[in-house]
Amino acid sequence: MRDEFISGLLEIARRDRNVLLLTADLGFGVVDEYRRELPDQFINVGIAEQNMIGIATGLAMEGNIVYCYSIGNFPTLRCLEQIRNDAAYHQANVKIVSIGGGFSYGQLGMSHHATEDLAIMRALPEVKVVVPGTRSEAKAAANYLYQTPGVQYLRLDKSFVEDTDDPEEIDLSTWNTLKVGQEIYIVATGGVLQEAVVAAKILSEMGVEIGVVSATILTPKSAQVVLDPIERSRVVISLEEHVRVGGLGGLLAETISESDLNIKLIRLGMSPTNMSIVGDQKYLRNINGLTAEKIIEVIMSAKVLL
Amino acid sequence: MNSIDLAAKIRLDAVIMTNRGKSSHVASVLSIADILGVLYGGGLKVDPQNPNWPERDRFILSKGHAGAGVYAALAETGFFSTEKLLTHYQNGSTLSGHVSHKGNPGVEFSTGSLGHGLSVATGMALAIQRRGKNSRVVCLMSDGECDEGSIWEAAMFASHHKINNLVAIIDYNKIQSLDTIAATLTLEPFEDKWKSFGWNVAQVDGHNHEELEKAISEENNKTSQPLVVIAHTTKGKGISFMENSVLWHYRSPQNEEFEKAISELSGDK
Repeated sequence: MRDEFISGLLEIARRDRNVLLLTADLGFGVVDEYRRELPDQFINVGIAEQNMIGIATGLAMEGNIVYCYSIGNFPTLRCLEQIRNDAAYHQANVKIVSIGGGFSYGQLGMSHHATEDLAIMRALPEVKVVVPGTRSEAKAAANYLYQTPGVQYLRLDKSFVEDTDDPEEIDLSTWNTLKVGQEIYIVATGGVLQEAVVAAKILSEMGVEIGVVSATILTPKSAQVVLDPIERSRVVISLEEHVRVGGLGGLLAETISESDLNIKLIRLGMSPTNMSIVGDQKYLRNINGLTAEKIIEVIMSAKVLL
Repeated sequence: MNSIDLAAKIRLDAVIMTNRGKSSHVASVLSIADILGVLYGGGLKVDPQNPNWPERDRFILSKGHAGAGVYAALAETGFFSTEKLLTHYQNGSTLSGHVSHKGNPGVEFSTGSLGHGLSVATGMALAIQRRGKNSRVVCLMSDGECDEGSIWEAAMFASHHKINNLVAIIDYNKIQSLDTIAATLTLEPFEDKWKSFGWNVAQVDGHNHEELEKAISEENNKTSQPLVVIAHTTKGKGISFMENSVLWHYRSPQNEEFEKAISELSGDK
């Protein structure tokens, strides 16, 4: 996803010299081309995330559109208060981009598991949380952030769903229905959408048609963004590489419970007790029950309820 | 208004505001009243009629708890009415205890959590430099605030990037929230710290207007590096029983204490 994002950003920055890319000393091999071509629109602030967000806010308040790049929890949790008090309270054009959502860096250990970021960032006023799940959604992200005033948090993933949609046709402010279903829907956020797509394909071969939705934004402008894609369903399974509280499952629970819809929600996410387990993305998905096989199991038992 | 008169008004306003609001931090405001007087009495290029004038100098109070002082300086120089000062700390007011820009013309940036202002000021100064403009950005910090690591992140950055339109002023009253600086985390050798980070350093008496004016003047920084003015101040300056006292970081002047404070500021000690 990061390559899709950075090439999109480079195109925008070529046209608009007020666009700046800041990094807290990360992005080896990723930001090279941008840096080579637009050295005046690139600043490596050093390993100093708090300062990065403060500097970005100052630059943005003087008319710049500032992308802040880092990985995992560094551009969010490490500098959370700067995001809240400085960037968000002043509605500055600061775009926080993290590569390595969820278990993308699973082998690197607990420090690099970004598994609470969605809940935390979603709670901040004036911050929009954007999570692409497909290649075209990732491609659309750079421009979406550019066109949307204020602060956004873009969570990018190592994994994604291959698709051929035209990024220019994608509106990240509404959820993206990949497959229309009937009584059962899976709503996934981020690269783990892959597992939902695989599960839906296997189930379809078994004669069970389920819907698949990519939750591209976790700070929807209205409840309809959440409810429209699932309004005809009776069971919704939420899927995220994130703890089960406060993220996508939390958003669905809040929204469904305040609606007139009679939908049963099953939240799939990470168990906090698994925090210290090391392994690659696939391995950690399996440990936490976030694989296609697990989803199929859950759906087969949910069908009994219908 | 000249800086001396303005500083006197800021002190009087601060005592009245913290009395009515039953609020803390009066001593922190008294500590910087002269600095604010010099800045808003001519040191800063600002226009009360046009608070967002693009050519203005930017000022950030990073020690946001002394917000009453900035509100007073702005009201006394015509950014908004002095009557509004009486709403400070009251329910529904825009004049929160820690300085806020929302609804308050002339406040450049909201703070309250220490250690944020210098990074933002540095970013603003860099943006202005990139545009080829010569507005300056002044950031007023507290001494205790320099305990925050983020201050030093910004200090390294500003020096590395030669942001010479940035001026940091440190209110060095040598008292922090619970105790003295010396007993908490010493800052000395303070000048050496800033010098080793690549800054130009001026040390002044933070209540001497001539020294302050000279230190913050553009002529005082003709180099490519940022400037820090270490202003030696007295916490609670101007009111005898508040001076150099940790208590008055928190206590609000009420009843006889209020009367005595007003009478000292009015000159009949």
